[in-house]
Amino acid sequence: MTLSLTRALNLIGAWALALLWILPLAYAVWTAFHPAAYEARFDLFAPLTLENFAKAWEAAPFARYFLNTFVLVTAILIGQFILGTLAAYAFARFEFPGRNILFALVLVQLLVMPDILIVENYRTIRALGLIDTIGAIAIPYIASGFGIFLLRQTFMSVPKELVEAAQIEGMSTLGILLKVYVPLAVPTYLAYGLVSVSHHWNNFLWPLIVTNSVETRPVTVGLSIFASIDSGVEWSVINAATLMTSGPLLIAFLLFQRQFVQSFMRAGIK
Amino acid sequence: MQRNWIHAWLLLSPAFVFLLAFTHIPAVTTLWNSLFTTPRGRRPSRWAGLENYETLIADPIFWKVLSNNIWFALGTIPTSIAIALAMALWVNEKLAGRGFLRMAYFTPTVLPMIAVANIWMFFYTPGFGLIDQITGRFGLPQSNILGQPDTALWGVMAVTIWKEAGFFMIFYLAALQTIPPSLIEAARIEGAGPWTIFRRVTFPLLMPTTLFVSINAVVNSFRMVDHIFILTGGGPDNASSLLLFYIYEVAFRFWDTAYAATLTVILLAILGLLAIGQFFLFDRKVHYR
Repeated sequence: MTLSLTRALNLIGAWALALLWILPLAYAVWTAFHPAAYEARFDLFAPLTLENFAKAWEAAPFARYFLNTFVLVTAILIGQFILGTLAAYAFARFEFPGRNILFALVLVQLLVMPDILIVENYRTIRALGLIDTIGAIAIPYIASGFGIFLLRQTFMSVPKELVEAAQIEGMSTLGILLKVYVPLAVPTYLAYGLVSVSHHWNNFLWPLIVTNSVETRPVTVGLSIFASIDSGVEWSVINAATLMTSGPLLIAFLLFQRQFVQSFMRAGIK
Repeated sequence: MQRNWIHAWLLLSPAFVFLLAFTHIPAVTTLWNSLFTTPRGRRPSRWAGLENYETLIADPIFWKVLSNNIWFALGTIPTSIAIALAMALWVNEKLAGRGFLRMAYFTPTVLPMIAVANIWMFFYTPGFGLIDQITGRFGLPQSNILGQPDTALWGVMAVTIWKEAGFFMIFYLAALQTIPPSLIEAARIEGAGPWTIFRRVTFPLLMPTTLFVSINAVVNSFRMVDHIFILTGGGPDNASSLLLFYIYEVAFRFWDTAYAATLTVILLAILGLLAIGQFFLFDRKVHYR
Protein backbone atom coordinates (compact mmCIF):
# COMPACT_ATOMS: atom_id res chain seq x y z
CA MET A 1 0.00 0.00 0.00
CA THR A 2 2.63 2.52 1.05
CA LEU A 3 4.81 1.38 -1.80
CA SER A 4 2.17 2.06 -4.43
CA LEU A 5 1.50 5.43 -2.78
CA THR A 6 5.18 6.37 -3.12
CA ARG A 7 5.01 5.26 -6.70
CA ALA A 8 1.99 7.44 -7.38
CA LEU A 9 3.64 10.43 -5.72
CA ASN A 10 6.77 9.87 -7.79
CA LEU A 11 4.72 9.71 -10.94
CA ILE A 12 2.92 12.94 -10.12
CA GLY A 13 6.16 14.70 -9.19
CA ALA A 14 7.93 13.55 -12.32
CA TRP A 15 5.11 14.68 -14.58
CA ALA A 16 4.62 18.00 -12.82
CA LEU A 17 8.30 18.80 -13.24
CA ALA A 18 8.29 17.66 -16.86
CA LEU A 19 5.31 19.87 -17.68
CA LEU A 20 6.92 22.81 -15.91
CA TRP A 21 10.11 22.18 -17.86
CA ILE A 22 8.43 21.93 -21.25
CA LEU A 23 6.14 24.91 -20.64
CA PRO A 24 8.47 27.71 -21.81
CA LEU A 25 9.17 25.91 -25.04
CA ALA A 26 5.55 24.93 -25.57
CA TYR A 27 4.61 28.55 -25.06
CA ALA A 28 7.14 29.71 -27.63
CA VAL A 29 5.76 27.17 -30.10
CA TRP A 30 2.20 28.34 -29.40
CA THR A 31 2.96 32.01 -30.08
CA ALA A 32 5.09 31.26 -33.11
CA PHE A 33 2.36 29.30 -34.87
CA HIS A 34 -0.54 31.63 -34.07
CA PRO A 35 -1.35 35.19 -35.16
CA ALA A 36 -0.03 37.94 -32.92
CA ALA A 37 -3.49 38.54 -31.45
CA TYR A 38 -3.27 35.19 -29.65
CA GLU A 39 0.06 35.84 -27.96
CA ALA A 40 -1.50 35.84 -24.54
CA ARG A 41 -4.97 34.49 -25.27
CA PHE A 42 -5.44 30.80 -25.15
CA ASP A 43 -7.98 29.48 -27.52
CA LEU A 44 -7.73 25.89 -28.63
CA PHE A 45 -9.31 26.82 -31.95
CA ALA A 46 -7.08 29.78 -32.69
CA PRO A 47 -6.10 29.70 -36.36
CA LEU A 48 -2.69 28.23 -37.08
CA THR A 49 -0.35 30.22 -39.25
CA LEU A 50 3.17 30.19 -40.66
CA GLU A 51 3.11 33.91 -41.24
CA ASN A 52 5.37 34.67 -38.26
CA PHE A 53 8.09 32.50 -39.74
CA ALA A 54 7.71 34.17 -43.11
CA LYS A 55 7.94 37.62 -41.53
CA ALA A 56 11.04 36.70 -39.54
CA TRP A 57 12.68 35.13 -42.57
CA GLU A 58 12.13 38.32 -44.58
CA ALA A 59 13.06 40.75 -41.82
CA ALA A 60 16.63 39.51 -41.40
CA PRO A 61 19.08 37.57 -43.61
CA PHE A 62 18.55 34.30 -41.78
CA ALA A 63 19.39 32.21 -44.83
CA ARG A 64 22.86 33.71 -44.81
CA TYR A 65 23.17 33.24 -41.03
CA PHE A 66 22.29 29.58 -41.39
CA LEU A 67 24.85 29.13 -44.12
CA ASN A 68 27.49 30.79 -41.90
CA THR A 69 26.67 28.58 -38.93
CA PHE A 70 26.69 25.51 -41.12
CA VAL A 71 30.11 26.33 -42.55
CA LEU A 72 31.35 27.18 -39.06
CA VAL A 73 30.31 23.99 -37.29
CA THR A 74 31.50 21.84 -40.21
CA ALA A 75 34.90 23.51 -40.28
CA ILE A 76 35.32 23.17 -36.52
CA LEU A 77 34.22 19.54 -36.56
CA ILE A 78 36.61 18.57 -39.36
CA GLY A 79 39.48 20.41 -37.66
CA GLN A 80 38.76 18.86 -34.29
CA PHE A 81 38.50 15.36 -35.76
CA ILE A 82 41.79 15.57 -37.64
CA LEU A 83 43.89 17.33 -35.00
CA GLY A 84 42.28 15.39 -32.15
CA THR A 85 42.79 12.02 -33.84
CA LEU A 86 46.47 12.65 -34.55
CA ALA A 87 47.21 13.93 -31.06
CA ALA A 88 45.20 11.23 -29.30
CA TYR A 89 47.00 8.58 -31.34
CA ALA A 90 50.37 9.93 -30.24
CA PHE A 91 49.33 9.86 -26.58
CA ALA A 92 47.71 6.43 -26.75
CA ARG A 93 50.34 4.55 -28.71
CA PHE A 94 53.78 6.02 -28.20
CA GLU A 95 56.18 6.52 -25.33
CA PHE A 96 58.14 9.72 -25.75
CA PRO A 97 59.88 12.30 -23.60
CA GLY A 98 57.56 15.04 -22.39
CA ARG A 99 54.44 12.92 -22.77
CA ASN A 100 53.08 13.60 -19.31
CA ILE A 101 53.74 17.32 -19.43
CA LEU A 102 52.13 17.64 -22.84
CA PHE A 103 49.12 15.65 -21.72
CA ALA A 104 48.79 17.87 -18.66
CA LEU A 105 48.77 20.85 -21.00
CA VAL A 106 45.91 19.24 -22.91
CA LEU A 107 43.98 18.74 -19.68
CA VAL A 108 44.50 22.40 -18.74
CA GLN A 109 42.23 23.30 -21.63
CA LEU A 110 39.34 21.47 -19.99
CA LEU A 111 39.30 24.30 -17.47
CA VAL A 112 40.85 27.31 -19.19
CA MET A 113 38.90 27.43 -22.43
CA PRO A 114 39.40 29.94 -25.24
CA ASP A 115 35.93 31.25 -24.25
CA ILE A 116 37.35 33.21 -21.34
CA LEU A 117 40.52 34.47 -23.02
CA ILE A 118 38.56 36.82 -25.26
CA VAL A 119 40.84 39.82 -24.81
CA GLU A 120 44.08 38.14 -25.85
CA ASN A 121 42.52 35.97 -28.52
CA TYR A 122 40.98 39.05 -30.11
CA ARG A 123 44.43 40.60 -30.22
CA THR A 124 45.83 37.48 -31.92
CA ILE A 125 43.03 37.32 -34.47
CA ARG A 126 43.50 41.00 -35.28
CA ALA A 127 47.24 40.50 -35.71
CA LEU A 128 46.49 37.66 -38.14
CA GLY A 129 44.16 39.98 -40.06
CA LEU A 130 41.24 37.60 -39.63
CA ILE A 131 38.70 39.90 -37.94
CA ASP A 132 35.22 39.40 -39.35
CA THR A 133 35.83 36.05 -41.01
CA ILE A 134 34.30 32.67 -40.25
CA GLY A 135 37.83 31.36 -39.80
CA ALA A 136 38.30 33.74 -36.89
CA ILE A 137 35.37 32.17 -35.06
CA ALA A 138 36.61 28.66 -35.74
CA ILE A 139 40.36 28.56 -35.16
CA PRO A 140 40.50 28.98 -31.38
CA TYR A 141 38.36 25.86 -31.13
CA ILE A 142 39.81 23.46 -33.67
CA ALA A 143 42.26 21.97 -31.18
CA SER A 144 40.03 20.76 -28.38
CA GLY A 145 41.51 19.42 -25.16
CA PHE A 146 38.25 17.65 -24.49
CA GLY A 147 38.30 15.95 -27.90
CA ILE A 148 41.90 14.82 -27.54
CA PHE A 149 41.19 13.47 -24.08
CA LEU A 150 38.08 11.61 -25.19
CA LEU A 151 39.73 10.03 -28.22
CA ARG A 152 42.81 9.07 -26.24
CA GLN A 153 40.63 7.21 -23.74
CA THR A 154 39.01 5.31 -26.60
CA PHE A 155 42.28 4.57 -28.38
CA MET A 156 43.81 3.21 -25.17
CA SER A 157 41.23 0.42 -25.16
CA VAL A 158 42.29 -0.84 -28.60
CA PRO A 159 43.78 -4.33 -28.06
CA LYS A 160 47.57 -4.45 -28.40
CA GLU A 161 47.33 -7.72 -30.36
CA LEU A 162 45.47 -6.02 -33.19
CA VAL A 163 48.14 -3.34 -33.44
CA GLU A 164 50.94 -5.90 -33.39
CA ALA A 165 49.27 -8.00 -36.05
CA ALA A 166 48.93 -4.95 -38.27
CA GLN A 167 52.58 -4.13 -37.69
CA ILE A 168 53.65 -7.61 -38.74
CA GLU A 169 51.64 -7.21 -41.91
CA GLY A 170 53.82 -4.22 -42.63
CA MET A 171 51.32 -1.41 -42.11
CA SER A 172 52.71 2.07 -41.67
CA THR A 173 52.11 4.20 -38.57
CA LEU A 174 49.38 6.20 -40.27
CA GLY A 175 47.96 3.06 -41.85
CA ILE A 176 47.48 1.51 -38.42
CA LEU A 177 45.74 4.66 -37.23
CA LEU A 178 43.34 4.73 -40.16
CA LYS A 179 42.70 0.98 -40.48
CA VAL A 180 42.76 -0.15 -36.84
CA TYR A 181 42.18 2.70 -34.40
CA VAL A 182 39.71 4.94 -36.21
CA PRO A 183 37.20 2.20 -37.18
CA LEU A 184 37.10 1.00 -33.58
CA ALA A 185 36.38 4.51 -32.32
CA VAL A 186 33.37 5.30 -34.54
CA PRO A 187 30.89 5.52 -31.64
CA THR A 188 33.18 8.00 -29.87
CA TYR A 189 33.43 10.10 -33.03
CA LEU A 190 29.64 10.16 -33.31
CA ALA A 191 29.17 11.10 -29.67
CA TYR A 192 31.83 13.74 -29.75
CA GLY A 193 30.54 15.07 -33.06
CA LEU A 194 27.05 15.59 -31.68
CA VAL A 195 28.35 17.35 -28.59
CA SER A 196 30.70 19.53 -30.62
CA VAL A 197 28.11 20.51 -33.23
CA SER A 198 25.51 21.45 -30.64
CA HIS A 199 28.08 23.36 -28.61
CA HIS A 200 29.32 25.45 -31.52
CA TRP A 201 25.89 25.92 -33.04
CA ASN A 202 24.92 27.54 -29.74
CA ASN A 203 28.10 29.50 -29.12
CA PHE A 204 27.57 33.24 -28.88
CA LEU A 205 30.12 35.41 -27.08
CA TRP A 206 33.18 34.80 -29.23
CA PRO A 207 31.34 35.08 -32.59
CA LEU A 208 29.75 38.29 -31.30
CA ILE A 209 33.19 39.74 -30.67
CA VAL A 210 34.93 38.80 -33.90
CA THR A 211 32.16 39.29 -36.45
CA ASN A 212 30.47 42.46 -37.59
CA SER A 213 28.82 41.76 -40.91
CA VAL A 214 25.99 39.68 -42.33
CA GLU A 215 28.45 37.58 -44.34
CA THR A 216 30.08 36.10 -41.24
CA ARG A 217 27.54 36.19 -38.41
CA PRO A 218 26.26 32.84 -37.16
CA VAL A 219 22.57 32.41 -36.30
CA THR A 220 22.98 33.04 -32.57
CA VAL A 221 24.47 36.49 -33.14
CA GLY A 222 21.97 37.18 -35.92
CA LEU A 223 19.11 36.26 -33.64
CA SER A 224 20.34 38.48 -30.81
CA ILE A 225 20.53 41.45 -33.19
CA PHE A 226 17.11 40.68 -34.61
CA ALA A 227 15.53 40.40 -31.16
CA SER A 228 17.17 43.52 -29.78
CA ILE A 229 15.51 45.83 -32.31
CA ASP A 230 12.74 46.36 -29.82
CA SER A 231 10.66 48.75 -31.88
CA GLY A 232 7.90 47.18 -33.87
CA VAL A 233 8.97 43.55 -33.96
CA GLU A 234 6.14 41.45 -32.56
CA TRP A 235 6.79 38.81 -29.94
CA SER A 236 5.30 36.09 -32.07
CA VAL A 237 7.77 36.95 -34.84
CA ILE A 238 10.71 36.95 -32.43
CA ASN A 239 9.59 33.61 -31.09
CA ALA A 240 9.30 32.26 -34.62
CA ALA A 241 12.85 33.42 -35.30
CA THR A 242 14.02 31.87 -32.04
CA LEU A 243 12.49 28.52 -32.92
CA MET A 244 13.84 28.73 -36.42
CA THR A 245 17.43 29.18 -35.26
CA SER A 246 17.22 26.31 -32.82
CA GLY A 247 15.02 24.30 -35.19
CA PRO A 248 17.58 22.10 -36.96
CA LEU A 249 19.16 21.04 -33.66
CA LEU A 250 15.80 20.58 -32.01
CA ILE A 251 14.42 18.43 -34.82
CA ALA A 252 17.62 16.39 -34.94
CA PHE A 253 17.34 15.93 -31.20
CA LEU A 254 13.71 14.81 -31.31
CA LEU A 255 14.47 12.34 -34.10
CA PHE A 256 17.63 10.90 -32.58
CA GLN A 257 16.79 11.39 -28.92
CA ARG A 258 18.33 8.20 -27.68
CA GLN A 259 21.59 8.78 -29.56
CA PHE A 260 21.78 12.34 -28.29
CA VAL A 261 21.34 11.40 -24.67
CA GLN A 262 23.76 8.50 -25.01
CA SER A 263 26.33 10.72 -26.72
CA PHE A 264 26.21 13.29 -23.97
CA MET A 265 26.48 10.45 -21.47
CA ARG A 266 29.42 8.86 -23.25
CA ALA A 267 31.17 12.21 -23.64
CA GLY A 268 30.47 13.08 -20.03
CA ILE A 269 31.67 9.97 -18.29
CA LYS A 270 35.03 9.49 -19.90
CA MET B 1 62.68 4.12 -30.29
CA GLN B 2 64.04 7.41 -31.60
CA ARG B 3 61.71 7.07 -34.58
CA ASN B 4 58.72 6.72 -32.27
CA TRP B 5 59.53 10.03 -30.62
CA ILE B 6 59.66 11.79 -33.92
CA HIS B 7 56.39 10.21 -35.00
CA ALA B 8 54.71 11.18 -31.76
CA TRP B 9 55.90 14.75 -31.92
CA LEU B 10 54.88 15.09 -35.55
CA LEU B 11 51.43 13.77 -34.71
CA LEU B 12 51.07 16.18 -31.81
CA SER B 13 52.42 19.29 -33.46
CA PRO B 14 49.33 20.46 -35.39
CA ALA B 15 47.09 20.25 -32.31
CA PHE B 16 49.68 21.91 -30.12
CA VAL B 17 50.18 24.86 -32.45
CA PHE B 18 46.52 25.77 -31.90
CA LEU B 19 46.36 24.80 -28.24
CA LEU B 20 49.37 26.95 -27.43
CA ALA B 21 48.29 29.83 -29.66
CA PHE B 22 44.78 30.15 -28.29
CA THR B 23 44.93 28.80 -24.75
CA HIS B 24 48.33 28.60 -23.09
CA ILE B 25 50.16 31.56 -24.58
CA PRO B 26 47.18 33.95 -24.19
CA ALA B 27 46.83 32.83 -20.57
CA VAL B 28 50.42 33.90 -19.97
CA THR B 29 50.28 37.12 -22.00
CA THR B 30 47.14 38.11 -20.12
CA LEU B 31 49.24 38.23 -16.98
CA TRP B 32 51.98 40.16 -18.77
CA ASN B 33 49.57 42.69 -20.31
CA SER B 34 47.91 43.31 -16.97
CA LEU B 35 51.17 44.96 -15.93
CA PHE B 36 50.97 47.62 -18.67
CA THR B 37 48.64 50.52 -19.43
CA THR B 38 46.17 50.50 -22.30
CA PRO B 39 47.56 52.28 -25.38
CA ARG B 40 45.32 55.22 -26.23
CA GLY B 41 45.58 57.29 -29.38
CA ARG B 42 49.12 58.53 -29.66
CA ARG B 43 50.06 57.41 -26.16
CA PRO B 44 51.68 54.00 -26.36
CA SER B 45 51.32 51.43 -23.65
CA ARG B 46 53.80 51.78 -20.80
CA TRP B 47 54.89 49.68 -17.84
CA ALA B 48 52.36 50.08 -15.05
CA GLY B 49 53.49 47.60 -12.45
CA LEU B 50 50.59 46.82 -10.17
CA GLU B 51 48.62 49.99 -10.98
CA ASN B 52 45.87 48.01 -12.72
CA TYR B 53 45.51 45.85 -9.65
CA GLU B 54 45.20 48.92 -7.46
CA THR B 55 42.46 50.16 -9.78
CA LEU B 56 40.82 46.77 -9.48
CA ILE B 57 40.80 46.79 -5.70
CA ALA B 58 39.31 50.27 -5.71
CA ASP B 59 36.74 49.41 -8.39
CA PRO B 60 33.30 48.96 -6.80
CA ILE B 61 31.92 47.39 -9.98
CA PHE B 62 34.54 44.65 -9.83
CA TRP B 63 33.50 43.74 -6.28
CA LYS B 64 29.88 43.94 -7.32
CA VAL B 65 30.25 41.52 -10.25
CA LEU B 66 32.44 39.19 -8.20
CA SER B 67 29.87 38.94 -5.43
CA ASN B 68 27.14 38.60 -8.06
CA ASN B 69 29.06 35.73 -9.56
CA ILE B 70 29.40 34.02 -6.19
CA TRP B 71 25.71 34.48 -5.44
CA PHE B 72 24.92 33.29 -8.92
CA ALA B 73 26.96 30.12 -8.33
CA LEU B 74 25.44 29.53 -4.90
CA GLY B 75 21.95 30.18 -6.19
CA THR B 76 22.10 28.00 -9.29
CA ILE B 77 24.38 25.08 -8.51
CA PRO B 78 22.77 23.33 -5.50
CA THR B 79 19.29 23.84 -6.94
CA SER B 80 20.09 22.57 -10.41
CA ILE B 81 21.99 19.61 -8.98
CA ALA B 82 19.09 18.66 -6.71
CA ILE B 83 16.64 18.94 -9.60
CA ALA B 84 18.98 17.00 -11.86
CA LEU B 85 19.21 14.21 -9.33
CA ALA B 86 15.44 14.01 -8.98
CA MET B 87 15.09 13.96 -12.76
CA ALA B 88 17.64 11.17 -13.12
CA LEU B 89 16.00 9.04 -10.43
CA TRP B 90 12.62 9.46 -12.06
CA VAL B 91 13.81 8.74 -15.58
CA ASN B 92 15.77 5.76 -14.32
CA GLU B 93 12.67 4.25 -12.74
CA LYS B 94 10.19 2.72 -15.09
CA LEU B 95 7.53 5.39 -14.75
CA ALA B 96 4.72 5.80 -17.25
CA GLY B 97 5.73 8.12 -20.10
CA ARG B 98 9.43 7.81 -19.44
CA GLY B 99 10.36 8.82 -22.97
CA PHE B 100 8.37 12.04 -22.69
CA LEU B 101 9.85 12.80 -19.28
CA ARG B 102 13.37 12.41 -20.56
CA MET B 103 12.65 14.56 -23.58
CA ALA B 104 11.05 17.31 -21.50
CA TYR B 105 13.95 17.43 -19.07
CA PHE B 106 16.70 17.33 -21.64
CA THR B 107 15.35 19.61 -24.37
CA PRO B 108 16.54 22.93 -22.82
CA THR B 109 20.10 21.60 -23.03
CA VAL B 110 19.93 21.44 -26.81
CA LEU B 111 18.70 25.02 -27.25
CA PRO B 112 21.13 27.90 -27.68
CA MET B 113 21.34 30.07 -24.55
CA ILE B 114 20.39 33.06 -26.72
CA ALA B 115 17.18 31.33 -27.79
CA VAL B 116 16.45 30.30 -24.22
CA ALA B 117 16.85 33.89 -23.05
CA ASN B 118 14.52 35.13 -25.79
CA ILE B 119 11.87 32.64 -24.78
CA TRP B 120 12.12 33.65 -21.13
CA MET B 121 12.01 37.34 -21.94
CA PHE B 122 8.44 36.76 -22.90
CA PHE B 123 7.68 35.52 -19.40
CA TYR B 124 9.38 38.40 -17.70
CA THR B 125 8.22 41.37 -19.79
CA PRO B 126 6.40 43.74 -17.40
CA GLY B 127 2.67 43.98 -17.91
CA PHE B 128 2.64 41.85 -21.01
CA GLY B 129 4.65 38.75 -20.11
CA LEU B 130 3.14 35.50 -18.94
CA ILE B 131 4.05 36.04 -15.28
CA ASP B 132 2.14 39.32 -15.17
CA GLN B 133 -0.74 37.86 -17.16
CA ILE B 134 -1.16 35.23 -14.45
CA THR B 135 -0.59 37.43 -11.41
CA GLY B 136 -2.80 40.08 -13.02
CA ARG B 137 -5.76 37.69 -12.97
CA PHE B 138 -5.45 37.57 -9.20
CA GLY B 139 -5.34 41.34 -9.04
CA LEU B 140 -1.67 41.49 -8.10
CA PRO B 141 0.35 44.51 -9.23
CA GLN B 142 2.69 44.45 -12.21
CA SER B 143 6.11 42.99 -11.60
CA ASN B 144 9.40 43.93 -13.19
CA ILE B 145 11.70 41.13 -12.14
CA LEU B 146 14.54 41.92 -14.53
CA GLY B 147 14.28 45.67 -14.05
CA GLN B 148 14.68 45.70 -10.27
CA PRO B 149 18.19 45.63 -8.75
CA ASP B 150 17.17 43.17 -6.04
CA THR B 151 15.42 40.66 -8.28
CA ALA B 152 17.28 40.87 -11.63
CA LEU B 153 19.90 38.30 -10.66
CA TRP B 154 17.19 35.91 -9.47
CA GLY B 155 15.49 36.17 -12.81
CA VAL B 156 18.73 35.27 -14.54
CA MET B 157 19.32 32.37 -12.13
CA ALA B 158 15.93 30.82 -12.86
CA VAL B 159 16.76 30.70 -16.56
CA THR B 160 20.13 29.12 -15.84
CA ILE B 161 18.65 26.42 -13.64
CA TRP B 162 16.08 25.61 -16.30
CA LYS B 163 18.79 25.29 -18.92
CA GLU B 164 21.35 23.31 -16.90
CA ALA B 165 19.42 20.79 -14.81
CA GLY B 166 18.73 18.50 -17.79
CA PHE B 167 22.40 18.52 -18.73
CA PHE B 168 23.47 17.43 -15.24
CA MET B 169 20.72 14.80 -15.22
CA ILE B 170 22.63 12.96 -17.95
CA PHE B 171 25.66 12.46 -15.72
CA TYR B 172 23.52 11.12 -12.89
CA LEU B 173 21.63 8.89 -15.27
CA ALA B 174 24.89 7.42 -16.50
CA ALA B 175 26.07 6.86 -12.93
CA LEU B 176 22.78 5.30 -11.83
CA GLN B 177 23.06 2.73 -14.56
CA THR B 178 26.36 1.52 -13.16
CA ILE B 179 24.92 0.79 -9.70
CA PRO B 180 24.39 -2.97 -9.49
CA PRO B 181 20.68 -3.74 -8.95
CA SER B 182 21.68 -6.47 -6.49
CA LEU B 183 22.78 -3.78 -4.03
CA ILE B 184 19.39 -2.11 -4.04
CA GLU B 185 17.74 -5.53 -3.88
CA ALA B 186 19.81 -6.49 -0.85
CA ALA B 187 18.84 -3.30 0.95
CA ARG B 188 15.19 -3.93 0.16
CA ILE B 189 15.35 -7.46 1.56
CA GLU B 190 16.84 -5.99 4.72
CA GLY B 191 13.62 -4.01 4.98
CA ALA B 192 14.89 -0.58 3.95
CA GLY B 193 12.29 1.81 2.55
CA PRO B 194 12.84 3.80 -0.65
CA TRP B 195 14.03 6.90 1.25
CA THR B 196 16.53 4.91 3.30
CA ILE B 197 17.80 3.17 0.18
CA PHE B 198 18.34 6.52 -1.47
CA ARG B 199 20.06 8.05 1.55
CA ARG B 200 22.24 5.09 2.51
CA VAL B 201 22.94 3.37 -0.80
CA THR B 202 22.23 5.40 -3.93
CA PHE B 203 23.32 8.86 -2.81
CA PRO B 204 26.71 7.79 -1.38
CA LEU B 205 27.43 5.84 -4.55
CA LEU B 206 26.63 8.95 -6.59
CA MET B 207 29.03 11.11 -4.59
CA PRO B 208 31.82 11.12 -7.22
CA THR B 209 29.27 12.20 -9.83
CA THR B 210 28.04 14.96 -7.56
CA LEU B 211 31.58 16.26 -7.15
CA PHE B 212 32.23 16.05 -10.86
CA VAL B 213 28.99 17.83 -11.72
CA SER B 214 29.67 20.51 -9.09
CA ILE B 215 33.06 21.35 -10.56
CA ASN B 216 31.52 21.52 -14.02
CA ALA B 217 28.76 23.72 -12.71
CA VAL B 218 31.15 26.14 -11.03
CA VAL B 219 33.22 26.45 -14.20
CA ASN B 220 30.03 27.07 -16.18
CA SER B 221 28.90 29.73 -13.76
CA PHE B 222 32.03 31.70 -14.58
CA ARG B 223 31.92 30.99 -18.29
CA MET B 224 28.28 31.23 -19.32
CA VAL B 225 27.13 34.83 -19.84
CA ASP B 226 25.23 34.65 -23.14
CA HIS B 227 21.83 35.06 -21.53
CA ILE B 228 22.87 38.26 -19.73
CA PHE B 229 23.16 39.99 -23.11
CA ILE B 230 19.49 39.36 -23.86
CA LEU B 231 17.88 39.39 -20.44
CA THR B 232 19.36 42.36 -18.61
CA GLY B 233 22.53 43.60 -20.28
CA GLY B 234 24.08 43.32 -16.81
CA GLY B 235 21.71 45.92 -15.39
CA PRO B 236 20.09 47.61 -13.68
CA ASP B 237 23.22 49.25 -12.31
CA ASN B 238 25.30 46.06 -12.68
CA ALA B 239 22.89 44.17 -10.43
CA SER B 240 22.96 41.13 -12.72
CA SER B 241 26.40 41.48 -14.29
CA LEU B 242 28.87 38.61 -13.98
CA LEU B 243 32.67 38.64 -14.13
CA LEU B 244 33.06 37.53 -17.75
CA PHE B 245 30.33 39.91 -18.87
CA TYR B 246 32.17 42.74 -17.15
CA ILE B 247 35.39 41.68 -18.89
CA TYR B 248 33.53 41.86 -22.19
CA GLU B 249 32.22 45.34 -21.41
CA VAL B 250 35.59 46.66 -20.30
CA ALA B 251 37.39 45.19 -23.29
CA PHE B 252 34.93 45.74 -26.11
CA ARG B 253 32.78 48.66 -25.03
CA PHE B 254 35.28 50.82 -23.14
CA TRP B 255 38.30 49.37 -25.00
CA ASP B 256 40.36 49.32 -21.81
CA THR B 257 42.23 46.16 -22.73
CA ALA B 258 44.84 46.34 -19.97
CA TYR B 259 42.18 46.49 -17.28
CA ALA B 260 40.25 43.72 -19.03
CA ALA B 261 43.42 41.62 -18.91
CA THR B 262 43.70 42.33 -15.18
CA LEU B 263 40.13 41.13 -14.67
CA THR B 264 40.88 38.04 -16.76
CA VAL B 265 43.81 37.25 -14.46
CA ILE B 266 41.37 37.15 -11.55
CA LEU B 267 39.11 34.81 -13.51
CA LEU B 268 42.07 32.58 -14.36
CA ALA B 269 43.12 32.55 -10.71
CA ILE B 270 39.64 31.44 -9.66
CA LEU B 271 39.69 28.63 -12.23
CA GLY B 272 43.20 27.69 -11.13
CA LEU B 273 42.07 27.39 -7.51
CA LEU B 274 39.24 25.20 -8.72
CA ALA B 275 41.69 22.98 -10.56
CA ILE B 276 43.78 22.57 -7.43
CA GLY B 277 40.67 21.88 -5.38
CA GLN B 278 39.55 19.32 -7.89
CA PHE B 279 42.94 17.64 -7.80
CA PHE B 280 42.85 17.20 -4.03
CA LEU B 281 39.16 16.42 -3.73
CA PHE B 282 39.00 13.73 -6.32
CA ASP B 283 39.98 10.18 -6.36
CA ARG B 284 40.92 10.67 -9.96
CA LYS B 285 40.59 7.01 -10.79
CA VAL B 286 36.85 7.32 -10.45
CA HIS B 287 36.52 9.46 -13.54
CA TYR B 288 39.62 8.98 -15.54
CA ARG B 289 39.45 5.19 -15.38
